[in-house]
Parts: sequence; structure tokens; C-alpha cells
Amino acid sequence: MPRAAERRTNQGGLWAGPRRHILDLDDFTKAEIEEVMLNADGMKEVLGRGVRKTPALRGKTVVTVFFEASTRTRVSFEQAGKILGADVINVTASASSVTKGESLLNTVRTLQAMQIDALVMRHPHSGAPYFVARHLDTSVVNAGDGTHAHPTQALLDIYTIERLRGKLAGKRVAIIGDILYSRVARSDMIGMLKMGAEVVVCGPPTLLPPGFTPGETVPEGQPFEGVRVARRVEEAVDGADVVMVLRIQRERQDAGHLPSLREYSREYGINAARLGLARPDALLMHPGPMNEGVEISSDVAHGDQSVIEEQVANGVAVRMAVLYMLCARARNGGS
Amino acid sequence: MPEVEIMTADQLRRALNRIAHEILERNASSSAVALVGVQTRGVFLARRIAEAVSGFERRSLDVGSLDPRLYRDDLDQSARQPLKPTDIKFDINDRPVVLVDDVLYTGRTIRAAMDALNDFGRPASIQLAVVVDRGHRELPIRPDYVGKNVPTSRDERVRVRLKEVDGEDGVVLTRPGDSQPSDAGPGDSRPADAGPGDGDAAGR
Repeated sequence: MPRAAERRTNQGGLWAGPRRHILDLDDFTKAEIEEVMLNADGMKEVLGRGVRKTPALRGKTVVTVFFEASTRTRVSFEQAGKILGADVINVTASASSVTKGESLLNTVRTLQAMQIDALVMRHPHSGAPYFVARHLDTSVVNAGDGTHAHPTQALLDIYTIERLRGKLAGKRVAIIGDILYSRVARSDMIGMLKMGAEVVVCGPPTLLPPGFTPGETVPEGQPFEGVRVARRVEEAVDGADVVMVLRIQRERQDAGHLPSLREYSREYGINAARLGLARPDALLMHPGPMNEGVEISSDVAHGDQSVIEEQVANGVAVRMAVLYMLCARARNGGS
Repeated sequence: MPEVEIMTADQLRRALNRIAHEILERNASSSAVALVGVQTRGVFLARRIAEAVSGFERRSLDVGSLDPRLYRDDLDQSARQPLKPTDIKFDINDRPVVLVDDVLYTGRTIRAAMDALNDFGRPASIQLAVVVDRGHRELPIRPDYVGKNVPTSRDERVRVRLKEVDGEDGVVLTRPGDSQPSDAGPGDSRPADAGPGDGDAAGR
């Protein structure tokens, strides 16, 4: 699993050379997250032009390797790379030598030998991108590893909130659902706490991480310290500026963590009545893909407060920013 | 002597007024001339030139801003500071567009800015206005409007200071070996507050 000493960080917002990898948000400073957002502003402007193409990453190669299904994240990275002028190669694990029994390390070593500049990787095992980053010279972007982290999703969530509602500091974000197995929830909590938000979570007790006790705040010294754990979804949503609904993974039900989807929907599903408890201008977010009628009702998912499509659009801009910043340490570069 | 003042606030103001007149004179047949400032200081300079024009002729010019760094050829240098807003809300097709920047040096920033501009449309012409032309071009680029020509050596630095960014107006020349506050690392000649188009610092 992650070893902090092996990660290169930019500290204190001062330029300490370009960041090498993006594995999670825990080694980001607030200033660095703000830098990503400023760059994303510039990228969003590019997305609004008639000619959506710049030569910034011309001659760079970005490879996406997904060992797990994904539509929006993979396409988002691919589009981000292409708009910046990079060559983007998509490797789908099911159609690669992985099916012939090639090890993860050998697969990515082969890719590195082709002189790539960034490797965007999703893997079902937590920590896999850290393992790869230790063995490669290429920049590694974690596009989701098991139940551990999904840093670019958290960056785009933070960006979406701040650009629509201003600074996260002092805002209340309610995260509803499977907190234990959701990599989005984990990276969101880390990032939003860093930005100064008040984070309230709610989910079935079987799907809360260790140290999360309903009705209490995660104590000092524990991971995610300061997160408040609500007993009931109404209490979590009450007065929230943002309601973040997580996808319920149906496979959790098979493992016995969930009684039934119907019961989950009744106890924790976000519908118009529950969303009505949040602030009138509260944003409704979901990282997708949605199970409409389970964790979120169709009317609110497509209602006025929903910014779910905006999240997708902002995802491209944020991933452009991230690739731009990582590729600044070019093959010939470094510092 | 840490730095030499090469233009006072008054001289800068007069130079910008003169450039405003020259732009009007050169583009007399076209009512549609637009200004695009190169981030950071060029944006404020473009606004001042537009203000001067509205003072002389009671008409307002379209003013946009441009961060050309996504078009530069030195990614490892240019990505050090976050991007600044590019904002060109008007149609640039078939109109003369004047790029405005503070210092013209190697010409690489302007090359990038012209490439960026072409992604917004096809102007009738692209012209260039700068406060200081310090020489040492590395590309076949020349300015159409110049506040002041200042012969320099490559190790000197020219800084245009503007109230909006620096709290005061003026242009100074800094010689090598002069001590000056800088938190830049060893071997890093780029000032910490350098913007994307600060012609003097960029383009090496």
C-alpha cells in the first residue's frame, strides 16, 4: 500500500518542481488543489471554443490502461489528452496480453518501453497504481484503485462545487451511501476536508469504515478526522450545501452488507422530500453511473438542483489540467 | 544601483496614448479594430489603450485577453504558473486584431499568441503593440507599435510595472549581479511572479 516517502509532493504551494504522480489527494496541499482548479478554468475555456484543440501536449503520449470497466473516466481522460494534442492509446485489459497471463508489472513495463509520458490506470486492487509508480519512470495517474482512491473524481467534484458556489471552506457537504467501499467517498472526504468543508456522511452501519460511529464525529488521530457521521439520512442532508449521492454497488448485497435494494432505497435513497431538507440552493451530485430508483430518484437526478452532467463536463477540464501539469516534467525534462 | 528607471509613469502614459493614436491612424478605414492583451500585463495595457481611444473618439473597442501558454514550445517552463483567463468573446474574423504585450524579447510568446488567435478565427490582420522592444529576436517577428526601443544585453531584465499588478507605473531595467529579492531556486532565472506572457522572463 502507499508509502508516503516514495511520493514526490509540492509543499506549501511553492514550486517544488512538477508533481510526478497523482495517486490520491492525501499528498496534495490546498494550494496545489487550487492550482489544478485555475488550470482547469483555462481548460474549460478551450472546451468552449469553436476549435477544441491546442498543441500543448503535442508529441506526448498518454496511455490509459483499465483493468476494470469504465465509460466516463476513460473517455474523459482520452478526450482530455486529445484536446491538448497528445497521442492517446487506450489499452483494455480484457483485450490485451493480460488475458495471456502477463503480470501487471510486465504489462506496464512494456508500455513504458514505448516511451510514454503518462499512464492513466484503473485497477480492481487497492494500491496497484502505487506499485506501478514505484517501478516506472512514467507519471502515473490513479483513475480508481479498488476501494481506495479516485483522486481526479474528487478534484472535479471540488472544482464543480467551488465554481458554482464559491469556496468550500465552511460549506457543508453530505455524502450518502457506501462509505466503506467507495473510493470516490474516500478521496472526496480527504480533498474536501483539506479545502475546509464540513463533511457529514450517512450510510448503512455495515458500510461505514472503522472509526465511523453513527451519531459521532470521527475522533482526532483517526483517518478522516472531523467527519461527522449522521444516524439518519435526514439528519445528514439537513442544511447541506451539497448532497453527494454514491452509487450502490449491487455486488455488496451479495456479500451481505445490504439487506435489499428496496430497503436501501427506503432508508437512504435521495428523493425530492429528502433533498428538500438541504439548503434551497443545494447542489445534487453523483459520480455516476447512477442506479436511478435505488440511491437516487429519477426526478431529482434530472431536476433543477442536479449538477451531475456538469460534473462530467468539468471532468474533462480537470483531467486536461492534470495531464498538462504532469506532462510538464517531460521525458527529457525533470528538473 | 539595483535598477535603472527607463520610463517614468508619465512617459508610460504618453507612450500608451501615442500608441492608441497610431492604432486609430493605421486602422482608419476599419471601425472594427479589436485589442487582445497577452496575460498578464498585456491585458491591463490593452484596457488602458482602449480607454485612451474612448477618450479621444468616444468609441469603445473590443478588448480580450489571451494566455498563450498552451501554444508555447517550452511546456516544462510554461506550466510552472497556473493558466490565466483567455477571454475573447467577440468575433475576430475579418477584423484587424492588435496583440498587446509589455516587453517584446525573443518573440516566442507572440508566436504562440498568434497560433492561439488563429484557433479563434481568421483576423483580417494581426498587429503587435508593445511597451518596450528590447531586441534579441529569435523569430521573424516585429512590432507595429512601440513605446520605447531599449537596447539590452541578454542578461539584463526589463520589467514593465503597472498599478493594477505592481502598485505603481513605470519601466525598469535590472542588471545582472544586482541583488534583488527573489525566491527563485538556483539556476532559475524566472521571477516568482512572472506571468505567462511576460516577454522578458519567458521565452528562453
